[in-house]
Amino acid sequence: MKRFRNYRMPLTTGLALAVFWCSLPALSQAAEEPAVEEIVRRSLETFYYAGEDQRARISMRLVNPQGKERRREMTLLRKNLGTGREQRYYIYFHAPADVKGTVFMVWKYPAREDDRWIFIPAIKLVRRIAADDKRSSFAGSDFTYEDVSGREVGDETHSLLGKSTLDGRPVYRIESHPKAKVGYARRLSWIDRERSLPLKEEYYDARGELMRIFTADEVKQVDGHWTVVRRSMRNELSGHHTEVVFKEVEYDVGVSDDLFSERYLRRPPGRWVR
Amino acid sequence: MKRLPLLILMISGVFAGAVNVNAAEFDFGGFLQLHAAARTSHVDCPPETECTVPFNEQRLRLNAEGSGFEGAAGFVGKLELVHDSALDDTDADMRELYADYNSDRYTARAGRQIMTWGVGDLLFINDRFSKNWVAFFSGLPLEYLKRGSDSVKINAFPAFADVEVILARFRKDKLPDDRQFVIESPISPSLPRNIDDPSDPEINLRLSRYLGNWDAAAYFSRTHFRAPALRVVGENVAGEFPRLDTYGASLSGPFRNGVLNLEAGYYDSREDRDGTDPSIENSQTRFLVGYSRQVAEDTTLGVQGFARWMHDYDDYKRTLPPGFPKRDRLRTVATLRFTQFYLHQTLKFNVFAFWGLSEGDGYIIPSVKYFFSDSLWGEAGANLFLGDGKGQFGALGENDNVYLTLRYAF
Repeated sequence: MKRFRNYRMPLTTGLALAVFWCSLPALSQAAEEPAVEEIVRRSLETFYYAGEDQRARISMRLVNPQGKERRREMTLLRKNLGTGREQRYYIYFHAPADVKGTVFMVWKYPAREDDRWIFIPAIKLVRRIAADDKRSSFAGSDFTYEDVSGREVGDETHSLLGKSTLDGRPVYRIESHPKAKVGYARRLSWIDRERSLPLKEEYYDARGELMRIFTADEVKQVDGHWTVVRRSMRNELSGHHTEVVFKEVEYDVGVSDDLFSERYLRRPPGRWVR
Repeated sequence: MKRLPLLILMISGVFAGAVNVNAAEFDFGGFLQLHAAARTSHVDCPPETECTVPFNEQRLRLNAEGSGFEGAAGFVGKLELVHDSALDDTDADMRELYADYNSDRYTARAGRQIMTWGVGDLLFINDRFSKNWVAFFSGLPLEYLKRGSDSVKINAFPAFADVEVILARFRKDKLPDDRQFVIESPISPSLPRNIDDPSDPEINLRLSRYLGNWDAAAYFSRTHFRAPALRVVGENVAGEFPRLDTYGASLSGPFRNGVLNLEAGYYDSREDRDGTDPSIENSQTRFLVGYSRQVAEDTTLGVQGFARWMHDYDDYKRTLPPGFPKRDRLRTVATLRFTQFYLHQTLKFNVFAFWGLSEGDGYIIPSVKYFFSDSLWGEAGANLFLGDGKGQFGALGENDNVYLTLRYAF
């Protein structure tokens, strides 16, 4: 009998608790924010991993402090492999004339150095290139290789500074510090609370000086994915800046895995590269 | 006259056909390039040699390319008109002219085309395609080291590997001659030469695939030596390009945050298998190991080691005529490449150095390249040969030069 009573008591309490728990998710959603790592993870996911694959025609404008500009025209193909966050990138240069036909290919891995190749059309040469330094400039622009193909949540420690609005968009303000020695010591980012895209980023050096500013200048929904179609990176120290326009963006167009191979470095696939 | 309407009909049919390929795309471009190199060493040149400014050329390149049928067919043409002020010569050169066919299972390319094989940086083992060493030693842009081959190339893509088969017509290397170079040669360059190009087709085969994320390739070439084997016969120099078969392999992949390259090849000197003909190169084995990595932002360092092992060395020594420099059984060469970019990659500083370890000579090529804009760049550099005349680089010791190149692309 005693045992029975002991058993019943928790049962009633349990029922009451169950009712309480059922209402809890709704309450917690209203009261708690996702963990800061989750915000950053989602933002990287939206910015670098949207869709199964992506094709874009990109035009890049490199402007020096005197206002003199250089231009790059590219076709970008990207594919996500499986669920392991592995990715493949294929970048074909249409212009300027001197680099036309040059192709750049990346096999990106989440936990180790990327593999990179370049095809130089003048001598039909495919060469693997050393990929150690992700900080190096991509094609002479203010974007680094890392800016182009992304970093990992775990590469930095993150803290949520608060919520605010940026140009009318609700944003999280997040501060990140890289764990390893990279090209910056501190990064501030403004991440769209609804669309998960980074709208602005500021990179600071170890002395606290502002080095580079990234801004998402135009955001559009393409094939159901929020996409930054116009972006820029300004080097505050040199005054040089780079503007990038995604002129044609498509997702889930069926880019096959074998496209990211020597065969297509040597012969760009006419179906995608145009 | 009766045929005129038919002709008009046919021509308009052809044009209609061209228009019907509405997905066809054409592109035209080219560049104008000025290049000059001045000898820096004080040399008493022979009268036939351009001494002070052996290289001074103006080059107009016209490119045309097109593709259609959703990329299934295409063509590329690159024509060059070259005026050589140093030699007072004007020439047209078809650098590349080929047609492409692409399908899912195989691709074909026919015509004059440039090909590059192997993983070496300016050291070639399995790449037996024709080279222009005159262009290279004069400081012309690297692309001019490679000469096109008139050939048919078929690529197929079965699951086990990518297969490349090239049938090519022989084309010799362009080697330094006494019009622009001061070279010591046991055979006088002024003797009349009678050398025929081989007429039999050359066959090249390459199998390549990824092993994990490493690039692996195996090579075979049924070819000829690109430099002639010369013999003095009476008042003349007779020569031929001896048969050569090469077998090799290469591997390239990531290693300690850099790239490791390995390549080896065996040269079967078909016409001198016992090594007793002094005019023909002996059979040999070549090895190469290279490593490159980024050492700082926009800064890359690459090093290579190369070895050539001569087979039948005793027979070579025994049959070498007096007066000819004796080569080592094992020739070793190390190279270094240092590249650094500045000003958003508009300024490039590069040094490439060969160091002939066994022959005690060297060859250093420092250069600075600046991109004034997307269409205009200039490069200044030098070709500096070190060591005495016994070594392969040292033999060019009286040809040190400084060069300047300007290119305007359109």
